Amino acid sequence: MRKYVIRRLLGMIPTLAIISIIVFVVIQLPEGDIVTSTLDQLSATGVDLSDDRIQNLRAQYNLDQPLPVQYLAWIGNFITGDMGFSYLYAQPVNELVWERLGYTLLITTCALLFTWVLALPIGIYSAVRQYSVADYAFTTIGLIGLATPNFLVALILMYFGYTWFGLSFGGLFSPEYLNVPWSWGRFRDMLAHLWIPVVVIGTSGMAITMRLMRANLLDELKKPYVITARAKGVPPLKLLLKYPVRIAINPFISTIGLLLPALISGEAIVGVVLNLPTTGPLLVQSLITQDMYLAGSLIMMLSVLTVVGMLLSDLLLAWVDPRIRYERA
Amino acid sequence: MNDSLLSIEDLIVEFKTELGSVKALKEVSFDVPYSSITAVVGESGSGKSVTSNAIMRLLPDSAQTSGEIILRPQGREPIAINSLDERDPQMQELRGGLVSMVFQEPMTALSPVHRIGDQVAEAVLCHRKVSQEAALAEAAAMLEQVGLTEVESKMRMYPFEFSGGMRQRVIIAMALICNPQLLICDEPTTALDVTIQAEILVLIKSLQRKLNNSVLFITHDLGVVAQIADRVVVMYDGQVMETGSVRQVLKSPQHPYTLHLLSSMPGIKIVEELQTSSEGWAEGAPMGSGTVLGDAGGGRQVREFSK
Repeated sequence: MRKYVIRRLLGMIPTLAIISIIVFVVIQLPEGDIVTSTLDQLSATGVDLSDDRIQNLRAQYNLDQPLPVQYLAWIGNFITGDMGFSYLYAQPVNELVWERLGYTLLITTCALLFTWVLALPIGIYSAVRQYSVADYAFTTIGLIGLATPNFLVALILMYFGYTWFGLSFGGLFSPEYLNVPWSWGRFRDMLAHLWIPVVVIGTSGMAITMRLMRANLLDELKKPYVITARAKGVPPLKLLLKYPVRIAINPFISTIGLLLPALISGEAIVGVVLNLPTTGPLLVQSLITQDMYLAGSLIMMLSVLTVVGMLLSDLLLAWVDPRIRYERA
Repeated sequence: MNDSLLSIEDLIVEFKTELGSVKALKEVSFDVPYSSITAVVGESGSGKSVTSNAIMRLLPDSAQTSGEIILRPQGREPIAINSLDERDPQMQELRGGLVSMVFQEPMTALSPVHRIGDQVAEAVLCHRKVSQEAALAEAAAMLEQVGLTEVESKMRMYPFEFSGGMRQRVIIAMALICNPQLLICDEPTTALDVTIQAEILVLIKSLQRKLNNSVLFITHDLGVVAQIADRVVVMYDGQVMETGSVRQVLKSPQHPYTLHLLSSMPGIKIVEELQTSSEGWAEGAPMGSGTVLGDAGGGRQVREFSK
């Protein structure tokens, strides 16, 4: 098992290296760079810079170097923890990213838990009572949730929250707690705001999780080991949870890593709509303005999270399923 | 007064499907005496497995049953299995406690993610209030009885590390650990190769002698019947064709279907005249419709047929 973990950890290095190259190339693909987009803005306000100053700006941002050199400088600094400088916010990327990344992880983790806590039991119920009225009802509601775009749900919630309760749901904090140090009050204020994005992002995965659980469990319920357990006198509910559910749940554990990027990209649009202090809106802004260090660092960090998430879910799966554990030992 | 461990009387099982209902069992009646091995033999689709699942009440919800299944456990009141409510505590006691079952597919009949020892011990924990340790110790002893070696290490292994024969031994141990009065074996050797098959048959027979319980052995193999059973029930098309002791039925079959079945066995020589009388049977013929089992004397019953 230790060997397996070490092998997987080593395998992450080339994966991340390739991702970093792709990220860098993709960010460079659109024409122009931060200097040209700054110049455009300046000339729109009537200011024109001399060629010398433009050259100076380019040199300052390393933009006059060939691409491979720029890449190596960026990734080298990234590894040592220096993520470069955001032109857009005129701040080191480090200062911008960490807090937002924390909120993103918090929201996506809560959304995932929200989805599972609701969708898995519903899926189990739907499988056990297949074709019942409740089964159809849950399926219908789930499919409506699946078909409705996240941001629309967010807008609808905001609208009704405002018109019915006079609440403003934007952001994660009320104005009075926005820029103050952490306190119990601030934490409670955050929880009061947190549930909206959690519900909005969580509902999108609900239908799929529900249907998958239902399908997996229906497959397992027909297996002979379930009948064996019934025949030896295991009480029905204990039997259901201990045998077929235990096995039907494995695919969910193995897809935690895959869910993360989906949740995070879903979070980007919701983040913009709900004005959340997360990585999503920051990423969108940085891509629009070609703020390359900020965009690159964000995408790299999300990639690292995804790769680590995959490893964690694989380890978790090996922990719960002996067949996989032994195969990899 | 009937004095058998298990009596099945006029058991009818009907499956509701989208295309109408299918009668899997049409008034099946037979007895399983105490301390004996009764074989139910017949071709696929004859209703053997439906019968055994009906005894354990393991039929799917789409099945509708009527008739009586009466179990008379030694030292307690008889139980009318077919009229028990699913939530009746006796139901849980019945499954695995009084009656237990060995299945056809040892490769899939055990949970792939639980340890062997835990799966066997669970049967004990479901029926008796004992500690986990005591249950595991009993499981180890039982696994030794069914012929596993190095039991201590095997208890911690998983089914996928076992061969088919070893798994079937585990399932037999699991079925017998609560000392049930009736053990149902539903084609327990069909999925195994011939040498393992012989070992498992010897094991089932010797354990039956030792524990002095009854075995209902479902099979399509007359060779197996001859090897293991005391009594035999011949089934065809959801009906009992003939019952009697193994000697009576195999030596002098009365019903043409039994003859037909015997003559289909390679290596069994049947007297010429018997063979000709089996010509009364035609493939797919509804046997003895509207007729009843007649008593042929000596505990033997044969369905009436027209020649």
